[in-house]
Amino acid sequence: MPNGSSPGYGSAAASERRLIVARGDLTKGWAARAQNRWVWAGFAMPGIIWLVLLFVIPFYAVLAIAGGQLNAIFESPVPIWNPLNWTGANFAAVFHDLIGQGAFVGPIFVRTLVYVAVASILSLVIAYPAAYFVTRFAGKRKVMFLALLVAPFWISYMMRMLAWIDLLQTNGYVNRVLVDVHLVGQPVNWLGGKSVTVILGLVYGYIPYLILVLYAGLDRIDQRLLEAGRDLGLNRVRTFLRITLPLSRQTILTGMLITVLPMVGDYFTNQMLSGSESTSMIGNVIDSQLNTTSQEAQGAALSLLLLAFLLIPMLYYVFQTRKASETAA
Amino acid sequence: MTVITRPETPEIPVVDAAPPPGSPPPAPTARRWQPPWRNPWRRPWILEGFTWIYLIWSILPIGLAVLFSFNDGKSQSVWQGFSTRWYWGDPVNSVFHNPLLRNAVEQTIRLSLLTTVIAVPLGVAFAIGINRWRTKTSATFNFIMVFSYVIPELIFGVAMFFLFTQFFKFIHLGTMAEVLGLVTWNFSWPAIIVLARLVSIGNSYEEAAADLGASRLQSIRRVLIPLLAPAIFASAVLVFASVVDDFVVVDLLSSTSNTQPMSVIIYANTHGGNGGPALNALATLMLILSFVVAIVGVIVYRWMTRGERGSSGQEAMTSIAGM
Repeated sequence: MPNGSSPGYGSAAASERRLIVARGDLTKGWAARAQNRWVWAGFAMPGIIWLVLLFVIPFYAVLAIAGGQLNAIFESPVPIWNPLNWTGANFAAVFHDLIGQGAFVGPIFVRTLVYVAVASILSLVIAYPAAYFVTRFAGKRKVMFLALLVAPFWISYMMRMLAWIDLLQTNGYVNRVLVDVHLVGQPVNWLGGKSVTVILGLVYGYIPYLILVLYAGLDRIDQRLLEAGRDLGLNRVRTFLRITLPLSRQTILTGMLITVLPMVGDYFTNQMLSGSESTSMIGNVIDSQLNTTSQEAQGAALSLLLLAFLLIPMLYYVFQTRKASETAA
Repeated sequence: MTVITRPETPEIPVVDAAPPPGSPPPAPTARRWQPPWRNPWRRPWILEGFTWIYLIWSILPIGLAVLFSFNDGKSQSVWQGFSTRWYWGDPVNSVFHNPLLRNAVEQTIRLSLLTTVIAVPLGVAFAIGINRWRTKTSATFNFIMVFSYVIPELIFGVAMFFLFTQFFKFIHLGTMAEVLGLVTWNFSWPAIIVLARLVSIGNSYEEAAADLGASRLQSIRRVLIPLLAPAIFASAVLVFASVVDDFVVVDLLSSTSNTQPMSVIIYANTHGGNGGPALNALATLMLILSFVVAIVGVIVYRWMTRGERGSSGQEAMTSIAGM
C-alpha cells in the first residue's frame, strides 16, 4: 500500500460505517453510559477489594486489639470484635505511660518530636540550596547533577546506615580524622547512644526523598518570572526572596511532610546508630511492645494514638495532592 | 470632512557629537572595572561549592562502604588489602557460601518480583477505574489509596502484623504475609502515577478512537494502554526498587531467618558494628540490584517516550524516581 493510506478510507461504505457508529452512540444514550459505569467499576474493583481486605480491615483489627483485653493466663491480647464492647483499658495504660506518674513514654515522645524537628529543619537547610543550585544554575551539567542527586534515592536505607556505622566506629575514619586534626584528644564513641549521631542518621537517611520533592517543585517554577524579576532590576538575593521562595512554599511544605511523617515512625535508624535507651524514639517503644506478647495490645493503642496525632498533617497532604491533580486537569 | 494632518514638529536642533577641538580624548568605552561580587551575572560559587560538598557527603560514605566489602581482613573500618572473599572466596562467611546471606539475596529478589507482578496490574486497573467511574465510592477509595501512601510505614506495619497474627490467622507470618503486606504498601505507586498520567492525557484520544469505531475494550487496549505504557513501566521500576529497599513491613512480617530479605539481615547483624565485611558485600549487592534496575529503567523509559514532547534524560530520571 503506497503512503500507508487505507484504500477504503474515503469510500462511501466507510463513511456509512462511521455514521452508523455515531448514530449508535447517540441512540444508546444513558443505557450505554450506565453500562460504561459498570465497566469502570469492574476495573477498580480488584483494587478496592484488596484495599478493604488488607488496609481497612487491618486498622479495624488494631482497634479491636487496642479496645480488647488480655488473656489472664498467657497475657496475650484478646481482640474484641464488637465495637460496643471495647474497653479503654489499653488506652488508659498508654496515657498513664505518657503523662502519669513515672511515665516513661512521655519523655520519649518529646525526644522524638525534638529529633524530628531538628533533623527535618537541617535536611531542608541542606537540601534546598543544593536543589536550587541544580535547577537554576547547573546549565548543561544539569543531567549530571541530577543523576548525582538521585543516586542516594536508589541506595537502600540499610546500606546508607551501614556506611555510617563503618565510618563512625571507634577506629573508623571520622575518629581518625578528628584525632589527626586535634579536634578531639580521644576517639569518640559515636555509636554509643549519642543524639548527634541519631539526628545525623535521620538527616542522611531521609534527605534523598526531600531533595527530589524540592527539585521537582523548583524545576516547575516558570523561569520567565525570574527573568522578569532580574530585568526589572532585582539582584539575585532579592529575586530569590521575592519570587522563588514564595513560589516554592507549597513544595517546601510537601517535602517536609514527606520526610517528617516517616521520621516520626522511624525505629531502625536509632537502633542501628545507637541502640541505647537514652536515644529511644516513639517507634522503638512500639517496636519493642510488639515483640513482647503481654504488651502487644498497648503497642496497638500507642500506634493508634500516634496515627491520631499525625492525622491532620496526613489529611492535609491528601487534600493538597487532590487539589493539585484537579488544577492540573 | 476634515482631514487630520500631523502637526508640524518643531525642528530639533542637531547636537554636534564631535568634541570641540582641544578637549581631552573621550574616556575608553570599556566598562569600568568592578569587583566580582558586584557583577549581577557572576557564577554562584558559594552555592556551587555547597552543592558539591553535599554531593560528596552523600556519596563518599557509600563509596567507602562498597570499598570495605572488598576488604581482605575482617575490619569494616581499616583497609587490609583487596579481595573478593566476602562475596564468594570465604568458604563459610561469604555471601555465596553462608546460607543465611545467600537466602536473603534470593528472598529479596523473590519478594520484589512477586510484589511487582501483583501490585502493578492491580494499581493500574484501579487507577483507570477510579479515574472514569466518578462516584462517591470511587472518591472514597481514592482517598483511602492516597492515605495508604502517606501513612507512616510503622503504623501500617503494626496494622499488618495484627491482621496476620489475630485476624487472618491462617496466613502465618512469612513470605505470604510479606508479599501481601508489600503489595498493599506499594499499591499506591502505580495508582498515583497512572492517575496523574490519565489526568494529563485526558479523554480526547479515546473519544477519537470511539468515533473511528473502536469498541470500549478496543480503545483501552489499542489507545489507552499504549499511552499509559511509560507510566506503567516507571511504576513497575519504582515498586521493584522500593521492595528491595523496604525494611519495616518485611521486618514486622517475616518470621524466621529463612524469610528475612537482605535489609532485615543487615539490620539484625549490625548491632554494635561488628557484622563484618560480608554485610557490606550484601549491601553492595543490594546497591547493584537497585542501580541496574534504575539505569535500565531510565534507558527503557527514554526509549518508550521517544518523540514525545518534553522527553529528556532529566524527565526520564525524575519519572523513574516517582516525581
